[in-house]
Amino acid sequence: MKVKVLCRNPDDYVRETTRDIQRVPRNYDPTLHPFEVPREYTRALNATKLERVFAKPFVASLDGHRDGISCITKHAKSLSTVISGACDGEVKLWNLPRQECLRTVQAHEGFVRGICSRFCGTSFFTVGDDKTIKQWNLEAPGYGVREEPINTILGKAVFTGIDHHQRESTFVTCGQTVDIWDEQRSSPIRSFSWGVDSFSCVRYNPVETELLASCASDRSIVLYDTRESAPLRKVIMQLRSNTLCWNPMEAYYFTCANEDYNLYTYDIRHLDVPVTVHMDHVSAVLDVDYSPTGREFVSASFDKTIRIFPKDKGHSREVYHTKRMQHVICVRWSADNKYVLSGSDEMNIRLWKANASEKLGLLSTREKAAAHYNKKLIEKFQHHPQVRRIARHRHLPGDILKQKREQREMKEARRRREQNVRKHSKPGSVPLLTEKEKHVAAVVE
Amino acid sequence: MDSLICYLPKKVNIYEFDWLFLTQPPKRYWEETENTDQRRPEEEQGTAVQNQNKSTVKERSLKRKNGENLEKKDPFPGEAPIPHKQLQKFQRGEKYKVPAGARRRLKEAIISSEAMSELAQKQAARYDLLLPEDAGFLEGDEDEDTNTISQDDIADAVDITSGSKYFNLHLSQFGPYRLDYGRTGRHLLVGGKKGHVACIDWQSKDLMCEMNVMETVNDVKWLHTEAMFAVAQKRWLYIYDSKGLELHCVKKFNDVLRMQFLPYHFLLATASATGFLQYLDVSVGKEIAAVCTKMGRLDVMSQNPHNAVIHLGHPNGTVSLWSPNQKEPLVKMLCHRGAVRSLTVDKTGTYMVTSGLDRKLKVYDIRAFKPLHSCFLPAGASCLSLSQGGLLSAATGDIVQVYQNVLGSSPVSKPYMAHRLRGQIWGLAYCPFEDVLGIGHGEGFTSMIVPGAGEPNFDALDTNPFRSSKQRQEWEVKALLEKVQPELIGLDPGQLSKVDQASFEQRHKEQVEALGFDPLAKDKFKPKTKKKGRSSAGAIEKRKRKVAHEDQRDEIRQTVQERTERDKEQKEKSNEKKKLGNKSTLDRFRK
Repeated sequence: MKVKVLCRNPDDYVRETTRDIQRVPRNYDPTLHPFEVPREYTRALNATKLERVFAKPFVASLDGHRDGISCITKHAKSLSTVISGACDGEVKLWNLPRQECLRTVQAHEGFVRGICSRFCGTSFFTVGDDKTIKQWNLEAPGYGVREEPINTILGKAVFTGIDHHQRESTFVTCGQTVDIWDEQRSSPIRSFSWGVDSFSCVRYNPVETELLASCASDRSIVLYDTRESAPLRKVIMQLRSNTLCWNPMEAYYFTCANEDYNLYTYDIRHLDVPVTVHMDHVSAVLDVDYSPTGREFVSASFDKTIRIFPKDKGHSREVYHTKRMQHVICVRWSADNKYVLSGSDEMNIRLWKANASEKLGLLSTREKAAAHYNKKLIEKFQHHPQVRRIARHRHLPGDILKQKREQREMKEARRRREQNVRKHSKPGSVPLLTEKEKHVAAVVE
Repeated sequence: MDSLICYLPKKVNIYEFDWLFLTQPPKRYWEETENTDQRRPEEEQGTAVQNQNKSTVKERSLKRKNGENLEKKDPFPGEAPIPHKQLQKFQRGEKYKVPAGARRRLKEAIISSEAMSELAQKQAARYDLLLPEDAGFLEGDEDEDTNTISQDDIADAVDITSGSKYFNLHLSQFGPYRLDYGRTGRHLLVGGKKGHVACIDWQSKDLMCEMNVMETVNDVKWLHTEAMFAVAQKRWLYIYDSKGLELHCVKKFNDVLRMQFLPYHFLLATASATGFLQYLDVSVGKEIAAVCTKMGRLDVMSQNPHNAVIHLGHPNGTVSLWSPNQKEPLVKMLCHRGAVRSLTVDKTGTYMVTSGLDRKLKVYDIRAFKPLHSCFLPAGASCLSLSQGGLLSAATGDIVQVYQNVLGSSPVSKPYMAHRLRGQIWGLAYCPFEDVLGIGHGEGFTSMIVPGAGEPNFDALDTNPFRSSKQRQEWEVKALLEKVQPELIGLDPGQLSKVDQASFEQRHKEQVEALGFDPLAKDKFKPKTKKKGRSSAGAIEKRKRKVAHEDQRDEIRQTVQERTERDKEQKEKSNEKKKLGNKSTLDRFRK
């Protein structure tokens, strides 16, 4: 007779001392783990609920400005520094971790229209309603020394925006024309204009550094190459775009914030139809900024909310609002992809988490692993109605909700009307237009 | 993508191989083939154009012939192969193929998720090698039947610890006994018909509590941990803690005869003499469902551990399957000519074994609801139990018989083990993760050694026999957090991971109605404008005609192809027949 009976030596399964970690032998045999799918689903549901429970996006409010914030910019080198300009011409430098103002400069008379920091992180430029461009040192002056700009350029007309080149000492301003300046000269080295109009925003492409895009008040977005003498092409839309932002990872995409409550992502190779129409705001969109990963962007709107959109989705994944936040004028995504800054009418800069439920600070490996696992679970079960319902739900202020409902009704009525027209007219005479095709009026080469 | 994964390592190997054998740099496909000829002057010029792989193989054989010393190389290149059977064990469902005409994003998602699951499957299969324990076994000498080996002999033959797992508790006063092992297999709960209830840490023989409830005890069951157990007494259902303290008397549950605990749902399912099947959620203490089965007294009950469906056996020979979400049985199957005496389901939820008053033992495939085989037991089986290792034990009169290889298509042969007891057998249960069969009978309780019964390797995150109290607490919290809702009990536990085609179609229909057009419909072909006068109206019409009725044409093409293939086959068949027909019967004698 040959016999063997299962006999486990406890020494192999129990830790040796109490200071040791517990032994956890695994066996991945699926028959030992029944109800895989229902259990995983339950976990996913729990993870979704916890995500909503921990969604506390508001980090801090930076107050100190004495008028509405008109523009914010990130420091080119330092994560912790932010520069903001207000409608009374004041510029403030902020330290984010300490949440305090480092320096205040009375830069302009009237609005500060644009700020940009130089790529080297030693100085920054401001433009204002007083028709000047001023370059400021990022280092604070010594005790008792007056704040003086390094350089002041007097322009002919009001400047409405400024952006600096990524590597070279040139910058671009917009106003009545789009001007390219050399830092050493007091007159623009090149001026672009296409018809009589004024521009509201100009941005350098961060990848293709010679490429420029600007939003004009005649509802058009104009593209330029600084190496050429004339603008490249422009796309005319149904309504005016306020600002635009290039995707920092994909050089040929940019997103513009439009007056018609939508944002549009364009591929510069095919300007006739936007790649994606991002809808959710219920009022004009005033500013947009991409995350440094290029996967998402944040938009600020006149409807007192900021929203975060995935770059290829038509609807936002997140909406931030507070009772006290008024019309949001400007918004920036921090360079470490963790925070969003918004500047609004009521003189405050607010710091938000980019991921509302993310835990801040150092995480242990197990915490990180658990967070990853939960994220993956939510992703896996995202289409289940229960999970989706909880994950999608956002509380909105009453008036925004009402407006949203109203707009949905209006849209539905418009669609129905169009459908009726189509039904009673010659087949093919009223073509079906997709949402993307509706908003572009023309493309001019 | 798939092909790339498969072929890449091979190609790499070819190059490595070259590099090891030749002092010259490896030959690339863009190089001229003359190069190889120069290296092999002894070979004839005729085979100048040759596959590179072949050439290197020849080279090696040549070198071996010359007796040159081979340079060392990896004798087992690439990753270690995994046996197919092992991989199969971790296969979850069919592999998902990219449907024809899928869009890019869907295609990418499917491919990447398939690659991930394949990796997970492989790694899990590789981990099998590291499992510490092997299953037990019992083999007789030649001409020795294993069923003649007595328990005493086995207990003598094995080590002391294992030998002590064979023991008898002589409790003749309050029997016969029902029993239940906890999920980790360390704790044993016995309940005598006449009110004696005891729970024991049976490995250390440590008595945790003992009491007499002074009432008839119909069944006993551990709840999710060893801290609580349920006792079905004469009138009500009671819940006690491990010290014997009465925690609850659940008066909603009366005349309970049998109980089953669903550990992942935290449900205690009870079957009563009045024909009610009730579910108690032990985590919140609420009755989840009460189903009137209208089948009379319910004293045969089992659970399917794979999908948490309750199986009930009835006096008219039927077995019915129940979930708490439905007032009607999910399935009702006629299994026996007489009443069903006992039934049990294996852990994979594939097989059900039943025994009835017609003294038959039947094995069913409960995925297809088909009988696999049946056999006649002269005494009939009053209790059945299946172990984790797939051994079936049947109580026939006062003998417990253990059968091997019952699950499968081969019919039941002679028993693997047998053990005679004194008195009627009342309860039978295998201890999880141990080679032990617990038997409750009229004279007390017997723990019997059955080598090969238990799963040798447990998963400590699920059930850990060696867990500390801290680990148990942690596990309890985790388990409660992922308690599966009773609404999810159904015949297929993987239902949630499948595409809900019906509701998708419904939604799509509604969308089409609301929009006035089908957003998923294929666009009509719009010919591109071409230069050089090729966009005249006539030319465009021509181009349109080329793609018109494309799908219809595809279909026609396919049917034509099928038809030609069929014709071909028929022709071949008829040809063969003709050939056979030409042969005469005498042809076979021809040389």
